[in-house]
Amino acid sequence: MNDMRIVERDVDTQAIKFDCENVQVYYGDNHAIKDVNVRIESNTVTAFIGPSGCGKSTFLRCLNRMNDTIDICRVEGKLSLDGENIYDRKVDPVQLRAKVGMVFQKPNPFPKSIYDNIAYGPRIHGLVDSKADLDMVVERSLRRGAIWDEVKDRLHAPGTGLSGGQQQRLCIARAVATEPEVLLMDEPCSALDPIATAQVEELIEELRTNFSVIIVTHSMQQAARVSQRTAFFHLGELVEFGKTGDIFTNPKDPRTESYITGRIG
Amino acid sequence: MIEEHISSVYDRELEAVQAHIMKMGGLVETAILDAATSLENRDEELAAAVRRQDLQIDELEQRINTEAARLIALRAPAAGDLRTVLTVMKISGNLERMGDYAKNIAKRTSVLAQMTPIEGATSDLRRMAQAVELMLKDALDSYIHRDVDLAQDVRVRDGDVDQMYNAMFRQFLTYMMEDPRHITGCMHLHFIAKNIERMGDHVTSIADQVIYLVSGEVPTEVRPKADHTAFITTPTEG
Repeated sequence: MNDMRIVERDVDTQAIKFDCENVQVYYGDNHAIKDVNVRIESNTVTAFIGPSGCGKSTFLRCLNRMNDTIDICRVEGKLSLDGENIYDRKVDPVQLRAKVGMVFQKPNPFPKSIYDNIAYGPRIHGLVDSKADLDMVVERSLRRGAIWDEVKDRLHAPGTGLSGGQQQRLCIARAVATEPEVLLMDEPCSALDPIATAQVEELIEELRTNFSVIIVTHSMQQAARVSQRTAFFHLGELVEFGKTGDIFTNPKDPRTESYITGRIG
Repeated sequence: MIEEHISSVYDRELEAVQAHIMKMGGLVETAILDAATSLENRDEELAAAVRRQDLQIDELEQRINTEAARLIALRAPAAGDLRTVLTVMKISGNLERMGDYAKNIAKRTSVLAQMTPIEGATSDLRRMAQAVELMLKDALDSYIHRDVDLAQDVRVRDGDVDQMYNAMFRQFLTYMMEDPRHITGCMHLHFIAKNIERMGDHVTSIADQVIYLVSGEVPTEVRPKADHTAFITTPTEG
C-alpha cells in the first residue's frame, strides 16, 4: 500500500462529523426518507449517489435544515453534528447553516460585487471586527475557492459578470467564508464545462483538509473521482454505504451494482 | 448478470469481447489435442497445422485487448462490468500462452518424428494433454456460467496434472540413464511434458479469474502443489 495514488484515498481520521440514526423524512403523506443510518466522517468527501427522486438531495438538505422552509416536510430521528442534535429546539438554523455551508447546482452569486459576495456571511455573523480583517477573510476565502488569481484585480466588479465556472467557485468561496465545518454540495458541477468541473473537483479535494464535504452528484464518475466514501440511495433507502473504491469495484448489494453499472436505476 | 444495461450497445460490446474469449478458448483446446495427437501418431502435417493455427490465436488476443481498452476508455465500466473487462484481458493472456506451448509441442513433434519412438511416452503425454484440455473446457464453462464450484474443481485438478508430470520426469530420467542415445528424444519429451504442465497452471489461473469475476475476491487458499521435480536429484535405485 505504498502506492501514493492509493494512499491519497485514505481517510486519516476516525472522527465522526455527522451521526444520523433512524432518520425519516415525510413530505405530507409521502415517506421520502426511510430509516437512514449513516455516519459522515470529518475531513472526508462523501458522495451521495442514486437515481432522481431517491431522496439523496432531501437527505442532504436535512443536514443543514434547509427542509425547514418546506411546510409539509417533517423530519424524524436523530441527526447530530459533533454530538449535538441539530433539530434540537435550542439550535438556531441560521447559526447551523453558517457551520454547515451549502453550494447549489446553479451558481447563484448575489447581485453584488465579488468582494461583497464573500463579505456578506462574515458580516452578518459578526465574524470580523475591522475592514482589514474582512479584507483578509475575503482574500483567504477566494484563495480557498481557487479563484483569487482570476478576480483579485476586479474585486468590485459584479459577481454575476463571471463565467459559470468562476461563479460556482465564487459560491464555494462564499460558502467557506463563514468557516463552516461541513460543506454540502448539491450537483455543484452539473452546469459547468469539463474544465470548470475539473477545477471544482480539484478544489473539493483541497477543501477536504479543512472540512467535511458531502456532494450529491448524478455523475457516477465524479463520485468515483472525488469521494472517499459513497452512499447509494434508492427509493428513499440508504442501500449501501462504504469506501468509494469498494463500492465501484465490488458492491455488496445487487441494487448498487445495477445502478453503478448503468442497468436498472 | 441477468439484468441488461440501459445502453444495449454496451451489452453487445461486452458480449462480443466474451464471445472472442470463447472462440480463442476453442482454438486452444483444438491446438492442445491436435499437438498431442500429432505427437502420438507422428503426424507432421497435423503438427504443421497446429503451428499455423497459432497465428489466429495471437490475433484474437490482440483483438480482445484492443476491445477491452476501448471498453475501458469509452464505457468506464464499474463493479461486475469492470471485473469482466479485467478478467477478459487476463484470460486472453493465459490462452495466448497456452497456444504458444501447443505450438512448441508441435515443433518438437517434427523433430521427434524423425527419431526412434520411446515406448509409452507419447501416449502418456497425450493423456496428460487430454486432462489439461478437459480442465480448460471446464474452466471456460465455469466462465460462461459464472460457476465458482466448477472453477474451484478445476483448480484442484491441476494437482493431478502435476502428479503426471512428476511421474514422467522420473521416467525420462531413468531412460536417459539407461541409454545415452535416448537423451535427445527424452529432452524433447520432457520439454513437452513441462509445456503441458505449464498449460495446467494457465488453466488454473483462468479458474482463479472466474472466481474473482464472480465474487470480487481473488482466491487465497493454497491449492495442492504436486510438482516436486524441483527437488529431485537422482532416481532412487530399485
